Amino acid sequence: MLIYLNKIGGTEPGTLQNVNILNHYVGMKPIEPDSIPELTYFPFIVIGLSVLGVILALVNKRNLFLAFGILLIVLAGLGVYDFYLWEYDYGHNLDPHAPIKFPGASFQPPLIGKKDIINFTAISLPATGIYFYGAAIVASFVSWWFSKKKA
Amino acid sequence: MKSTLNFLSRGLWAVVLVGLFLGACNNQGSNNQKAGMLSSDVASQVYVPPGQHDEFYAFMSGGFSGQIGVHGLPSGRLLRIIPVFSVDAEKGYGFNEETKALLNTSHGFVPWDDSHHPELSQTNGETDGRWIFINGNNTPRLARIDLTTFETAEIIEIPNSGGNHSSPFTTENTEYVVAGTRFGVPFPQQDVPISSYAENFKGTLTFVKVEENGAMDIAFQVLLPAFDYDLAHSGKGKSHGWTFFTTYNTEEQSTLLEVKASQNDKDYIAAVNWKKAEEYIASGNFEEMETQYMRNYYDEKKHMAFSETKTKVKILTPENCPGLVYFLPTPKSPHGVDVDPTGEYIVGNGKLSSDLTVHSFTKMMTAIENGSFEDEVAGVPVLKFDEVVGGVVKDAGLGPLHTEFDDKGNAYTSFFITSEVVKWKVGTWEVLDKASTFYSVGHIMIPGGDSKSPEGKYLVALNKITKDRYLPTGPELCHSAQLYDISGDKMKLLMDFPTQGEPHYAQGISAGRVKPNVKKFYPLEENEHPFRAMGEKDARVEREGNNVHVYMTTIRSHFAPDNIEGVKVGDNVYFHVTNLEQDWDVPHGFSVMGANNAELLIMPGQTETLLWKPTKVGVYPFYCTDFCSALHQEMQGYIRISPAGANVDLAWGLGESAP
Repeated sequence: MLIYLNKIGGTEPGTLQNVNILNHYVGMKPIEPDSIPELTYFPFIVIGLSVLGVILALVNKRNLFLAFGILLIVLAGLGVYDFYLWEYDYGHNLDPHAPIKFPGASFQPPLIGKKDIINFTAISLPATGIYFYGAAIVASFVSWWFSKKKA
Repeated sequence: MKSTLNFLSRGLWAVVLVGLFLGACNNQGSNNQKAGMLSSDVASQVYVPPGQHDEFYAFMSGGFSGQIGVHGLPSGRLLRIIPVFSVDAEKGYGFNEETKALLNTSHGFVPWDDSHHPELSQTNGETDGRWIFINGNNTPRLARIDLTTFETAEIIEIPNSGGNHSSPFTTENTEYVVAGTRFGVPFPQQDVPISSYAENFKGTLTFVKVEENGAMDIAFQVLLPAFDYDLAHSGKGKSHGWTFFTTYNTEEQSTLLEVKASQNDKDYIAAVNWKKAEEYIASGNFEEMETQYMRNYYDEKKHMAFSETKTKVKILTPENCPGLVYFLPTPKSPHGVDVDPTGEYIVGNGKLSSDLTVHSFTKMMTAIENGSFEDEVAGVPVLKFDEVVGGVVKDAGLGPLHTEFDDKGNAYTSFFITSEVVKWKVGTWEVLDKASTFYSVGHIMIPGGDSKSPEGKYLVALNKITKDRYLPTGPELCHSAQLYDISGDKMKLLMDFPTQGEPHYAQGISAGRVKPNVKKFYPLEENEHPFRAMGEKDARVEREGNNVHVYMTTIRSHFAPDNIEGVKVGDNVYFHVTNLEQDWDVPHGFSVMGANNAELLIMPGQTETLLWKPTKVGVYPFYCTDFCSALHQEMQGYIRISPAGANVDLAWGLGESAP
């Protein structure tokens, strides 16, 4: 399954449906992109950050570079926490009438890395978008550092 | 150290002795185990480790099963049976409403046929893995199977034919597949005395055009005397543009053929210049004849087959079309006619002879140019035998039937009477090797062995007689195929494996030419079936008079709806089942108690329809027949049948919405 900023896709068109079919046996809620508001407003946040970044580059005030870097980190932290909350909800908030029950079991996938869940191995890895985001953070700190030296 | 070696060598001797003892025990009455016992590495040559794939696909005709068996080589494992000309209850083929039309003919619904010769489509003379064609011998038909789905995509009926045996045998770019009649029939079909055979009966050679998208239609028929047109192969390379058909019964007899049709010392190979035929068609030099035949095709988006009736066919007559057909005299009722990879040599397998007559295409063209004719039969010039023979393979065996080729200039011929495959050199006609078969080999197959580029690694012998090769299973036995390693100078028997039906010819192809294009499921969003249900929201039941249409869906592990009421005795219930799954290998089955047809087996994204006519009041279960999931056994439902005229409202549902 591939989670984009604005949609949930997969290596095949049926990936999400296949995940939901398997999940329903243990009572996990179906993952329905329409019921995840983040997929709608996250893109605007990122667009906003990009625009802000360009503006700050033009304004060229070194303290603003630092502030922007910190803002990026805070927002990333919030994003990851939000992702964790969703994962927690899917993994723990199970239908009590599920056909297959594992008392006390959680089906929460790993935030990052690998985890064995019953007979599945769940692997969660960041992709391209995250690397660009990371590069933006690095760039803002690098800009701050070098503009400081100049001054 | 020395004692260890001694012990080891003694141990080895013991193994050898035990081996010989076992060999002797197994030999009872036949020495056929020897080839296997002598080569210790044989098992590893056919061993495909668990989870790994075979190197080749082998498509075995089903013969009287009417189907195609798909095996892997070298393991011989059966991978699939493709239903073609015969109904197949297991898959619902010919039983569900969608596939019935594939089996329509001008004689009505014909649920069985006799399929002999699979033929892979070709591009530039090489197998390309797009389609495989196969003939229906009994009610003359020709089928095209799509190798992205391994399903029958089209079946066309051949008019003016009495048995479609010399078929399909493609031209080198699949411009045409051919269909020559095995039995002469009155032309046109009519009520005449059988004894008027020579006067009223004719034989036709049909050329079926294959479009880029695979669609087939009859381009023209060549009208010839009522010989039996036995087998065919098209030219390649220099002989591209010609197709060769063997004949027997040039005596034109209609009774006791085993004697009466074996009198002429030579019959003919008919050489048809189809490029010339195209010119005659283009110039309007043909007769259009009223007839009737059906073309049935499967629409992969609508998931159903459609039939259309065709009423005209173009007839070319040799008298009016000089240069269209020539007869090459060929000894002893030739069976197979096989063209070598260069296109130069045309092998006539004279089945009542010990020799193989090989014609030379170059000599044939020279003879035609020089007008070296010894006779003319029904407007067809008969070329002088001595002027066209390129060579003779002498005393190779008895009863040659078929020849295939490898990529090193060798030919391999099956000999039915002496149960052997004989390897010989093309050009020198020298016999190089012989290998026994068990028993009475018919066709043989080398992957690409009738194309321009054979892959001469394995040879499969398709045997007609099984006898004691396997554990006995009563009077009726599976037919037996045998796999030979032909990569070396000597042919080496690797193993036996059973096949379904009665394989005649087979085709083989490198897995890599097929595998990348194979579909895993049908995209649901492309489903255009008129009775599809694209999700559980679409699941419903509708009544139109006595017809009840159930728009049903399947997804692991339930039907929607799974409770249905308000259906009455005397209704026609159409279960239109759409499989909502979108993953590989998740078919669902559907069966309902008392159904007079079969089950449905619905692939992901597909819609199939079962017609059920309830005859008794009651509540009847239906269930999923394909073990789909951990809760497969729970995938079940009920349909309530009330008396005719009862006042029970139509209702349906699933879970909370159940009536």
